[in-house]
Amino acid sequence: MPVTLYDKLWDEHLVETDDTSESLIYIDRHYLHEVTSPQAFEGLRHKQLKPWRLDANVATPDHNVPTDRGDSFNIASIEDEVAKIQVVELDKNCNNFGIHQFDITSNKQGIVHVMGPELGYTLPGMTIVCGDSHTSTHGAFGCLAMGIGTSEVEHVLATQCLKITKLKNMLINFNGNPQRGVTSKDIVLHLIKLIGTAGGTGHAIEFSGSYISSASMESRMTICNMAIEAGAKVGLAGVDETTLDYVKKHSNLSDSMFGKASEYWQTLQSDPDANFDQTINIDVSKIKPQVTWGTSPEMTIDFDADIPSQEDINEVSHENLLLAKTYMGLDNSKTLQDLSFDRIFIGSCTNSRIEDLRDAASVVKGKKISKDITEAIVVPGSGMVKAQAEEEGLDKIFLDAGFLWRDPGCSMCLGMNPDQLKPYERCASTSNRNFEGRQGNLGRTHLMSPLMAALTAVNGKITDPS
Amino acid sequence: MTNSVITGIVATFDRDNIDTDQIIPTEYLKSIKKFGFGDFLFDGWRYLDEGRLDMTSEDRSKNHDFILNKEPFTNAEILLARDNFGCGSSREHAVWALRDFGFKAVIASSFGDIFYNNCFKNSVLPIKLSKEEINHLFNISSSSSVNFKIDLQRKDLKFGDDSSYSFDVKDSLLDRIINNLDDVDITLRHKSDIKIFEQIRRNQRPWLFDYTN
Repeated sequence: MPVTLYDKLWDEHLVETDDTSESLIYIDRHYLHEVTSPQAFEGLRHKQLKPWRLDANVATPDHNVPTDRGDSFNIASIEDEVAKIQVVELDKNCNNFGIHQFDITSNKQGIVHVMGPELGYTLPGMTIVCGDSHTSTHGAFGCLAMGIGTSEVEHVLATQCLKITKLKNMLINFNGNPQRGVTSKDIVLHLIKLIGTAGGTGHAIEFSGSYISSASMESRMTICNMAIEAGAKVGLAGVDETTLDYVKKHSNLSDSMFGKASEYWQTLQSDPDANFDQTINIDVSKIKPQVTWGTSPEMTIDFDADIPSQEDINEVSHENLLLAKTYMGLDNSKTLQDLSFDRIFIGSCTNSRIEDLRDAASVVKGKKISKDITEAIVVPGSGMVKAQAEEEGLDKIFLDAGFLWRDPGCSMCLGMNPDQLKPYERCASTSNRNFEGRQGNLGRTHLMSPLMAALTAVNGKITDPS
Repeated sequence: MTNSVITGIVATFDRDNIDTDQIIPTEYLKSIKKFGFGDFLFDGWRYLDEGRLDMTSEDRSKNHDFILNKEPFTNAEILLARDNFGCGSSREHAVWALRDFGFKAVIASSFGDIFYNNCFKNSVLPIKLSKEEINHLFNISSSSSVNFKIDLQRKDLKFGDDSSYSFDVKDSLLDRIINNLDDVDITLRHKSDIKIFEQIRRNQRPWLFDYTN
């Protein structure tokens, strides 16, 4: 019987299944960061257990680290005492239990979902988990990757397994060539607008079609990253030459090991006639640049469309619309182009890879940010992205334009480190969530691509990228 | 100890997509503890000022229009919401905050997948009902305070005088709440199966082991 990629990965990792429909799934890679791991390590200590398999774990601090660290920074330099405790705790736990950590002083440190793939810790066919919902990112490599809670972090540390229920299969075919100025971010925002933030709940979403086949690994990661914003904790794409080229370049497997592995990796696609519970076909050539207007990623519109009003939607959603409009301060605005922006954030596990920075730099080159913008920051996703960007001179382009050029971390994607919006500030952001208060108490977030955010930095307003 | 009946006051949250950032904002994720999050539940809606981990509810300026600041809802044990409750971030702190406030059950038409799983690890019961049933429950509980009674063994929810809805939930998950079971203990009963599986995997897929860069 033909099977889907998700089903293949599930069967490959199935240790045991019982009649309650929960199964034990073996976990190949476990990424850890400072925020969702301390209570899990505490649980291990309490039960007097050790990690099941040390080499499956890789840790790095990313969520609450400052991003203006400079060269002589160490843990002691963190000014926020509460945040410091958490980074110290990760350090202690990794040292005590023997887990490999790229610590805050490492030149490889970065957002865990950016760092992992570029160091070859993410390999095709793996099951990958992390106490972070954006773990779906790694599905771009033909992996079964998902975010888990802290109790599950403890469970994986202690047993190398996860006790879970099988998901349904959903197929999204992205076909066609995108218009100028349209990126993977616009395509995934468009999907979320279409199916809603609960559209993929209970499903693993496989992304396929001619657009995905021609997309870079960076673009595929952006799309899989935001599967969770469509409700799916698993997003994934089949393995092809693009995947293998990336892995060859980024992992340090020996040639013979790579050769042996790629024979298996090449089988990691859904079978041609595999059955999906749901299939959606989307022509990406019809998609315009997308920008969110509200407080949920599904509240997305074409950059030049009217902001929805009550007449446009069914009655059940009126309350949601009203609350979102009030929070976002949109009572007197007809379109997004009417809005003035205060801050620009280019970064996050969605859009802080080298391709994203090149996109943004191409718009900014030779220009200055608008005088209306109070602060614009670029936060590369990892030490390696930062070094690569500097080698290409992208840092100079951003700095000359008036951007701040930062050190790797989650930064302004979530209000957990010093990079935060002030109340009522409006931000053009390349991150993944426009929830109330996500970037700082009462801050207003508009999600968009790096290209659109860079353009907004230059013009102070949303403008046409073509 | 078994927990097989939940009876309590219902607090209603009439909106879709209540994400885990609303349930507990990121600032409070800096705690390294597993308890003590109740005062920060729905922080952005519940208070008018900005809080910190070292503050308690007493120190804060409260939004008196917010349901959990009004009597009798300060003692609410059941939360009623609409669609996609607990979407977004995987933070288990969201469930810890609900639990620490005193919530024992959350009723909605759908839940974020990760939040739903996290609930069962912390003895908070998520109950999925149809949109029509949710609508009806809102109608009877929005204007005044009501109590629901949830029977975990029978999988039914009693409201009003003699009305009830049955709900579906996997027995093994429910069992964790009823008998306070720990997943790690359960899984470690299969220790030798995991060892055997791992050894086969090590032979067949050697590139997955002992990798460093």
